[in-house]
Amino acid sequence: MRDWATQKAARAARIAAGASFARGKVVQAADLVPFLGAVLRPGDRVCLEGDNQKQADLLADALAEVDPGVIHDLHMVQSGIVLPSHLDVFEKGIARRLDYSYSGPQAARIARMLYGGQIALGAVHTYLELFARYFIDLTPQVALIAAVSADRDGNLYTGPNTEDTPTVVEATSFKDGLVVAQVGEIVDRVPRVDIPGDRVHFVVEAGRPFHVEPLFTRDPGAITETQILTAMLAIKGLYAPYGIRRLNHGIGFNTAAIELLLPTYGEKLGLRGQICTHWALNPHPTLIPAIEAGWVEQIHCFGSEVGMDDYIAARPDVYFTGADGSLRSNRAFCQTAGLYACDLFIGSTLQMDLSGHSSTVTTNRIAGFGGAPNMGSDPRGRRHPSEPWLKAGAEAYPSTPAPLRRGRKLVVQIGETFGDGNVPLFVERLDALALAEKLDLPLAPVMVYGDDVTHIVTEEGIANLLLCRDADEREQAIRGVAGYTEIGRRRDAGLVARLRERGVIRRPEDLGIDPLDADRSLLAARSIKDLALASGGLYRPPSQFRNW
Amino acid sequence: MSTVFEPEALSWYEGSARQRIAALVDPGSFREAVGPEERETSPHLALFDLPEQFDDGMIVGRATLDGARILVAAQEGRFMGGAVGEVHGAKLVGLLRAAKALGLDVLILFDTGGVRLQEANAGETAIAEIMRALVEARCAGARVVGLVGGRSGCYGGGGLIAGCCSALVVTEQGRISVTGPEVIETNRGVEEFDARDRALVWRTMGGKHRYLIGGADRFVDDSPGAFRNAVCEVLKGPGRLDLETLDAEQARLEGRLARFRTAGDAVAIWSSLGIDDAPAVPGLSTRAFRALAVCRENADDAR
Amino acid sequence: MERLSYTLDAPIPAGGTKSQAIVGVVASGNLEVLLERVLAPDRCTVEIATAAHGFGEVWAAVVADFVTRRAAGGLRIAINDGGARPDTVALRLAQGARLIAGDVP
Repeated sequence: MRDWATQKAARAARIAAGASFARGKVVQAADLVPFLGAVLRPGDRVCLEGDNQKQADLLADALAEVDPGVIHDLHMVQSGIVLPSHLDVFEKGIARRLDYSYSGPQAARIARMLYGGQIALGAVHTYLELFARYFIDLTPQVALIAAVSADRDGNLYTGPNTEDTPTVVEATSFKDGLVVAQVGEIVDRVPRVDIPGDRVHFVVEAGRPFHVEPLFTRDPGAITETQILTAMLAIKGLYAPYGIRRLNHGIGFNTAAIELLLPTYGEKLGLRGQICTHWALNPHPTLIPAIEAGWVEQIHCFGSEVGMDDYIAARPDVYFTGADGSLRSNRAFCQTAGLYACDLFIGSTLQMDLSGHSSTVTTNRIAGFGGAPNMGSDPRGRRHPSEPWLKAGAEAYPSTPAPLRRGRKLVVQIGETFGDGNVPLFVERLDALALAEKLDLPLAPVMVYGDDVTHIVTEEGIANLLLCRDADEREQAIRGVAGYTEIGRRRDAGLVARLRERGVIRRPEDLGIDPLDADRSLLAARSIKDLALASGGLYRPPSQFRNW
Repeated sequence: MSTVFEPEALSWYEGSARQRIAALVDPGSFREAVGPEERETSPHLALFDLPEQFDDGMIVGRATLDGARILVAAQEGRFMGGAVGEVHGAKLVGLLRAAKALGLDVLILFDTGGVRLQEANAGETAIAEIMRALVEARCAGARVVGLVGGRSGCYGGGGLIAGCCSALVVTEQGRISVTGPEVIETNRGVEEFDARDRALVWRTMGGKHRYLIGGADRFVDDSPGAFRNAVCEVLKGPGRLDLETLDAEQARLEGRLARFRTAGDAVAIWSSLGIDDAPAVPGLSTRAFRALAVCRENADDAR
Repeated sequence: MERLSYTLDAPIPAGGTKSQAIVGVVASGNLEVLLERVLAPDRCTVEIATAAHGFGEVWAAVVADFVTRRAAGGLRIAINDGGARPDTVALRLAQGARLIAGDVP
């Protein structure tokens, strides 16, 4: 007779083992290492929060201290490899296998460890993809999560940085997994219940807030004239003609420039109310001037951003907030929103080839995917129409009869032709291919595929890949905006001229934009201080951004 | 660099040295001396394979301010951090000697991290010569006004030169010190001074603190217009430098040391100056700040 | 330092009458451009001092485009480069041509 409740029994055993370290659900921080040794089993699938922004850092450090003789060969499934301790567990043999999404802060070290064979890589995912697998074949047996506070029943307040937690807990707790939460403090009553206590088995009081990285703050002082030019091109050459109301900005200085140009350049073009009204976006400080000027109806956020909590709480008409007044974010829902409910994604990359494939991978830095491939893809499951979507579809499939002609989401790559260190953006062959060979991967890690990209914006102009009729035209369209890179210098001048005549390539002057007008005086805020002032003092920039 | 010139649209902090001069003095009145076309570049940088700048990062010349003739010097803070090299220093020495000879006031637009390490000996010598020339000009009756509000601040030898000026006009972004934050941390440890705590850096060396403690004489917004008004005001006051002035300055500094020697942070100093909500000072607007700065330490005629 | 020098025919003479103009600052990713109106109106020279070696082809392309598209005739142009990108170089050259033409006050 088969026992159909083995997982329930296993969890009960873990809880019993952990109970000897706990009073009720509460475990003392000092007992954390032996506690983990008692509740974990070798080979467990463990989700450690490792979100994009917030980190369960107390739990991560404790996990890296367990005895590998007792706990070893763990299979880590987590969104982000962010803290050093996330990789220390592999170095020490506590963990062996990894499935994850984003490793930006540890890109160099994870590359070394992957080459060195210290990590058995399952796969690199997008966030939404990884969340999806939490419910199918990567369900965590133990989840180590981060919350702001808890009550003694284990009800958790995750606050503005709710991020991945509800998704992780849903998958783990309802499939008989163990949920352990680190909290800043234990209180009598949490400000709002983000995670109900019956899903949480143990709580550790860290006595300090969990670690959060300010990833989405861009100093307007660092925005260059070239970035401002690309922003003007995006607004006048894409957002306006396609009527883009619903969108997501990938983080970067080009998109920060767009956000800061809306109340000035966008206003001059008479576009307020017609574009950029609904956003899937983290609380970028650089959007503050546009919000204050009345451009924005609504924003749903993946997570929060350091220093923005008071501003968000004062703008509940714009942001999603709870009854307690603070932001409610949710990465899984926001990623879904970005995929299906937005008509445009725009972001930057490190390398692009002549098919339009782009990647951020180089042979000694593996940053993973994060959310970009999800946001930067055409959702073929979409059914509801919108003007921009239908217009792009008509450009892409001119010979398909209209009633059967799906639309296209605008997927835009924006950047200068030369990046940091004067390294060209455009290359013949992506480093991702060399990486795939080196690591024996079946697939090269491509961030956005060429057949998803619809437009490329550089300081030389806009290339509309939807209007390209074959691979040759696509190649020349890309060369035609590749500036003075080697790829750009090798263009077929005649073909590029004809593409320009057809509007496949549009130069700034074709759009009535003079590059000499791309000036920092167009920015609605030119410094972090300006942003703080624009917010009426509600935005409190973290110390590393201050110059006052 | 802005190509369409609108004086009030310029942020002093963001502007280049030439843009600051152009926006500060009477429009069109600036005449540059030893300009870029003369190509008086550093004789040392090529040894280090470093790029030169035609004016060596120091722009000097004459202009008028409200109709009155003045001499002007401006450091380009983005060229080698505005650091003082041989030619850079020599141009300022020459300007100050001209001030003495011509009996003209001088404006020095500081934006410097101190001496240029690649030209250390020449740079240090230049700073000493600048201080001497400045003092001699002042003894001859010229006023020398320092303007501090750029990205590099006014550090090292620049801080020493600033200490010799008749008056200093500073913005919130401006910083005046001798030793820089990183060097303090390296020498004294991070517990004594965490150089990455920028709020701490500005509390200790920034414009608001300098103004409150009497280390600067005017506090203005980050705009050329605000600087201009403050400079014109300051130039109406006296500028003499004699033994009496020096004695008064010595007494003032001794008094300051006695008054604040036990304070561990600028906030404690501001509290003991009588400011109610001292921690709120960095966040205050210019107007609000100036309103409560009435209790500030004043240099009076000690300078 | 690498020194490059180009002499070209300039189809469009520089506008205005100013004898010289200067734009930019020698800083990382930036450059200074000194323009002096001293040549015959159909000629242009560009002298570059740069710490970034081996980019001669790129400089040649940028300079050629500038002289073809902008009013550069009669100008002796001298550049001190702090490792600027080609688009920044093109921008500064265009700013310089505009400045010496007196198109800005």
